[in-house]
Amino acid sequence: MDWFPLYNSLRIAAISTVVIFFAGIFAAYYIAKAPRMVKGVLDVVLTLPLVLPPTVMGYLLLRLLGPNRLIGSWVLETFGVKMVMTWWSAIFATVAVAFPLMYRTARGAFEAFDDTLAQAGRTLGLSNTYIFWRIRMPVCRQGILAGTVLSFARALGEYGATSMIAGYTPGRTATISTTVYQLWRTGDDALAFRWVLVNVAISAVVLLAVNMLERREKPSARKGVR
Amino acid sequence: MALEVRVEKTCGDFHLKAEFQAEGEPLALLGPSGCGKSLTLKCIAGIERPDRGRIVLDGRVLFDSERRIDLPPQKRQVGYLFQQYALFPHMTVAENIAAGCRRLDRSQRKKRVAALVAMLHLEGLEGLRPRQLSGGQQQRTALARILASEPRAILLDEPFSALDSHLKWQLEPELRDVLEAFGGVTLWVTHDRGEACRNCPRVCVMEAGRTAPVRDMGSLLADPQTVGAARLSGCRNCVKAERGETAGFVRLPEWGVTLRCAAPWRDGVTALGIREERVRPARPDEENTVECALTRLVEDVSAATALLRPLTAGLGAPLLRMAVEKDAALKPGERITVALSAEDLLLLE
Repeated sequence: MDWFPLYNSLRIAAISTVVIFFAGIFAAYYIAKAPRMVKGVLDVVLTLPLVLPPTVMGYLLLRLLGPNRLIGSWVLETFGVKMVMTWWSAIFATVAVAFPLMYRTARGAFEAFDDTLAQAGRTLGLSNTYIFWRIRMPVCRQGILAGTVLSFARALGEYGATSMIAGYTPGRTATISTTVYQLWRTGDDALAFRWVLVNVAISAVVLLAVNMLERREKPSARKGVR
Repeated sequence: MALEVRVEKTCGDFHLKAEFQAEGEPLALLGPSGCGKSLTLKCIAGIERPDRGRIVLDGRVLFDSERRIDLPPQKRQVGYLFQQYALFPHMTVAENIAAGCRRLDRSQRKKRVAALVAMLHLEGLEGLRPRQLSGGQQQRTALARILASEPRAILLDEPFSALDSHLKWQLEPELRDVLEAFGGVTLWVTHDRGEACRNCPRVCVMEAGRTAPVRDMGSLLADPQTVGAARLSGCRNCVKAERGETAGFVRLPEWGVTLRCAAPWRDGVTALGIREERVRPARPDEENTVECALTRLVEDVSAATALLRPLTAGLGAPLLRMAVEKDAALKPGERITVALSAEDLLLLE
């Protein structure tokens, strides 16, 4: 059994999770503070990829990144690199599709954050950077962790947009999801089933890890004595 | 040690216009909820930006709209005790206190935290998280954290609102001890006149976003001057008043009576107040009497109040409240003639 699809899927999901983590937190933080009108518009734009069919996302990405299109042609001319049909093309697809999960969960967490904690930090002389990374983020970690894991899981399972923008080339762009489809299509049912089991196992491990993390962080109910 | 505050701010249809000075001894900002006390504190701490004004602490300008000075909260050296204490939930007691003195190096910080833990009786709790503490312990941790940041002023925003009332009695003297040891400017926001009276020699009454001049607590209780201050000082009988035809007399149109008043009439007076404990049954041939009928008797924990309706009162007039013994044998409808001594009448604006 050639393990390339597993390796490729994992690296695509890992890289896009890192990108989504920072981009999602950045967007969530600033949009949570934005005026209502701006918030409403940006919210729709950034959440759209969650509800659009992945094929529509794939189509839109191809219109932007294809060799004859706006961004794709510029990159091709400037760097001599084609943006589609490489293993990393899939990252564009997974980022676009999984980003709303991170953004929405992180925004929910930031909106539930008790702002007096940040105010207290400022009156105590703590820098805004410290307050963000050492107070706001840890206090919101449940939501941020949940968003990160959901994004990773979604990126790992992305099929539609990925198959359109990265295609299926064994040993080069194949991911678990495109491999399963390809194997099933060519009638290699036994191998397809093995890949399905691999995928189920990874997803189960990820979700289990989240549950364990959450349980460890449950507040203990012990009350102090006075 | 002095804090000078003059700020104006408009939020929607609420207008804040606060002006006062505080020196070494704690100054109470006394007012009903929603009158702008917390907003004033937030302006001083730099959490909210006033539209106009000037804030000076110990000669340092923290805010001046004309000179375009607006120091960030980090540079103001103003400690703020939030109503719910705002302890960082993911940090232990020791880490919370250490967050207040991050500018110190590691070994000095450790010493400082240890000193504050001892000062605020938090020994043994250093490793606990805020949610594992009682309300009083949370308050002491928040105070330790504020003191760690070495503020020049401490602002207390309703310090006991998050606590059960029986704890309040125990913690109030402790808080006072801490503030006395601190020695800087203290602003104490409260809506409770008792709390203000017990802890602050000076008081600034706030009403609907406006401050009255700072006064001694004693003089506020003896002569509240305004209806708002009278109510805050515990005076429950306030009724519309007009200048009487004869000098030295006031007419109360709602009750249909005219009374002699020892205090001289002044312009702007619109109401007359009398504390319910000063209302008493009249002796024969006394002046300033009002004939009333008992509407009902309200029994409190240790005292009772008789709600009286002056016989000459118009419709919708406020009832006259009189403090009585708890087991007073009074029946609704009973006639009682009460005396309102000329010396006890408060003229209010």
